[in-house]
Amino acid sequence: MRAIRPNIRSHTREHIVTIDTDSAPRVMFSGENLLLEDLPIGTRVIYPKRPMTPIANPRAAIRYALNHPESSDPLHAMLRPGMKVTVAVDDISMPLPIMRAPDIRQLVLEIVCEMLADNGVDDVHIIIALGLHRRMHDWEIKRMVGQKVWDEYWPDRLYNHDGCDPDGMIDLGHTAHGELVEMNRRVAESDLTIYVNLNFVPMNGGNKSMAVGLCGYESLKAHHTPHGIVQSNSFMDPPKSYLSHSFKRQGDLIENTLKVFHIETVLNNRAFDGPLEFLTKNEDDFTETDRLKLQAMMWTLKKLPFAARREIFMRTPAAYELIGVYAGACDPVHDRTVAKQNEQNCVPVDGPADILLFGIPYISPYNVNSKALNPLLVQVMALGYFYHMYRNQPILRDGGVLILTHPCSDKFDPVHHPSYVEFFNRVLTETTDSYTIEKKYQDELAYNPSYIEMYRRGNAYHGAHPCFMWYWGQRGREKTSRVIVVGADNATVPSIMGWETAGSIAEAVAMARGTMGRSAQITMLHHPPYMISDVM
Amino acid sequence: MKNQPKYKNSAAFYDVDGTLIKINIVHAFAFYASRHPSLFKSATNTVKTALSLPVFWAADKLSRKWFNEIFYRSYEGASEDRLVVLSEELFADVILPNIYPRARQLIEESRRAGVRQVLISGALDFTMRPLARHLGVDDVIANQLEFVDNYATGKLKKPFVAGATKADIMRAYAKQHAIDLAESWAYTDSFSDYPMLAVVGHPTACNPDLRLRSLARSYDWPVLDLDEAPERSVARRPQGLAPARRIRARSSQPE
Repeated sequence: MRAIRPNIRSHTREHIVTIDTDSAPRVMFSGENLLLEDLPIGTRVIYPKRPMTPIANPRAAIRYALNHPESSDPLHAMLRPGMKVTVAVDDISMPLPIMRAPDIRQLVLEIVCEMLADNGVDDVHIIIALGLHRRMHDWEIKRMVGQKVWDEYWPDRLYNHDGCDPDGMIDLGHTAHGELVEMNRRVAESDLTIYVNLNFVPMNGGNKSMAVGLCGYESLKAHHTPHGIVQSNSFMDPPKSYLSHSFKRQGDLIENTLKVFHIETVLNNRAFDGPLEFLTKNEDDFTETDRLKLQAMMWTLKKLPFAARREIFMRTPAAYELIGVYAGACDPVHDRTVAKQNEQNCVPVDGPADILLFGIPYISPYNVNSKALNPLLVQVMALGYFYHMYRNQPILRDGGVLILTHPCSDKFDPVHHPSYVEFFNRVLTETTDSYTIEKKYQDELAYNPSYIEMYRRGNAYHGAHPCFMWYWGQRGREKTSRVIVVGADNATVPSIMGWETAGSIAEAVAMARGTMGRSAQITMLHHPPYMISDVM
Repeated sequence: MKNQPKYKNSAAFYDVDGTLIKINIVHAFAFYASRHPSLFKSATNTVKTALSLPVFWAADKLSRKWFNEIFYRSYEGASEDRLVVLSEELFADVILPNIYPRARQLIEESRRAGVRQVLISGALDFTMRPLARHLGVDDVIANQLEFVDNYATGKLKKPFVAGATKADIMRAYAKQHAIDLAESWAYTDSFSDYPMLAVVGHPTACNPDLRLRSLARSYDWPVLDLDEAPERSVARRPQGLAPARRIRARSSQPE
């Protein structure tokens, strides 16, 4: 590796580095591998902010939030003996990677359950609000809720939501826009629902918690549409997100019908610490030890088989810490949550890029503990999440070129993603047009009894989930002129998704400059941890 | 859920032995053999059946047709009335406790989608009827013993329901009932039923043997494990086997 010298000139802003002649190469994720890449001179590298100082006593903060809620009575004042209470809790799709034990949801659940017991509330069920995600494995639930809650509630009073259970779902009505609102029957029949949210990105939490976490397919397909995604500019900026507006309409109907007490928690972005902390650093500031660690890690990953590399990453939990906890009514709570999120994650950036470059890591919200990040999930990470990580205006200008690094292997987890396999190999090879897929294939996959069975009693994502994943990238697909993958181990997978391939970053940049011109502005997003570009 | 559109002109074809139930036709025959009115004859039949197992196994490995010819010869001389009457007992004592936990739910999901439910099995039709009634399926296609003067000849009526013939029968059934096979499902556990999977648009391997599992992976067919109770999904444990066993042991303890 070339010697790295600190270069003060290159620090145009604290979180933005401009590559110079003597800048160090940058570390990029490419699935379960790390790449060390020299970037073209003038490339703007955007880093996440440093982790905010955590709350010193999370349990005290949670209790304070429950006793001093936003626009609501304190939780203890809403409880009376004999009432029926349901506690809904987010699934493990967030945070990424999974956080170290104790999970913040465990702390909240322990305090809430204790408070319920102190107030004579015995009829309590805890439901994992997974929407149409896969059912969590029992050992995952146990890790998330902790031994105490597990011992007391599993399996009769602690279980996964089932959006396809004809007896377990009821319709609450339609919004003014005609969107059906389905709800978990137990929740609908409870005197009080307490929603425990772990907020990791601004699009989550708020009205989405109840409207999506506890709904069914008929409800979800009202907003998970190509049209809805294209109208969201971006869905990480709630006021400008069509999805958020739809969640709000459904959420308002729910809040007007049911009594819900929201608890939202915000984490800082300490994705790596200890021996891996160097991965979040500016490479110009690497010490000799950091460089040795990086070389050792890259060498080890290169020598290990794919499954072992995945295991290493999946078994390395993140050191996220609590920076905010709010409770009470839905909207005021979520406003404070999003403000805190943005304080941690928003990075001011001057103007959009012509060419945007980032690595796709090994994980997404939909492949926690899965055997692979399948091609559709690579797509959703690139054109769905990372493309949408902006506020004000897109980080990649319309018509720009996106360059990403990932092997794009033809690997699927047949237990977690069975319908993805059919979607990718049958549907996408017939058409990549989201609007056609929505009309022609979505219901077919959604109502396939094999997939319903695998969702309800196995650990599979709902049959229609791959369609939603494809729509999720629709705006990115429409707004970019080219998507170029570096490091793909095959040409078929990228070509099915309409992507081009390049052998190196240099080649990809040359291809992109062919479209955007020699003076094109190149920006690299240096994640994980993720950041949201506040593009001025 | 209420607005769920129904599949029109679709059917789901289920193999039975190993797919919906844990046992096979040899278990059924052993049951009949052990239920002879004479205690001595009952014991003799049971021993004979046990001794024949290697022959049955070898015949099945070589050809399902040979197996059928050898195996069903054992029924020669049995009275039809007796076989039919005992089939209810066979169902209650042997088949019912061995239905896979999620089999009934799979059929219910399929029926809810508006799909016609059909059992297609190499077992004998009278042993399948109580099961069909229990699962609420629409039709049963199964092998039929040939009877002369109310006594079994030990031969099966043709066509034999096995292997490639299953696919032929399914095609004929589809034609007769205006079923679109491209919009139909087939569920089986055995590689020998590959033809029935090949003729439908939605093949699904259920509790598959090694060869079928490998085939399903190659063809990207869904794989269902109906043996796994829904609330104890322990298929994927990253922490090694020891914690898995501990959790399983704890969760299986009576409350």
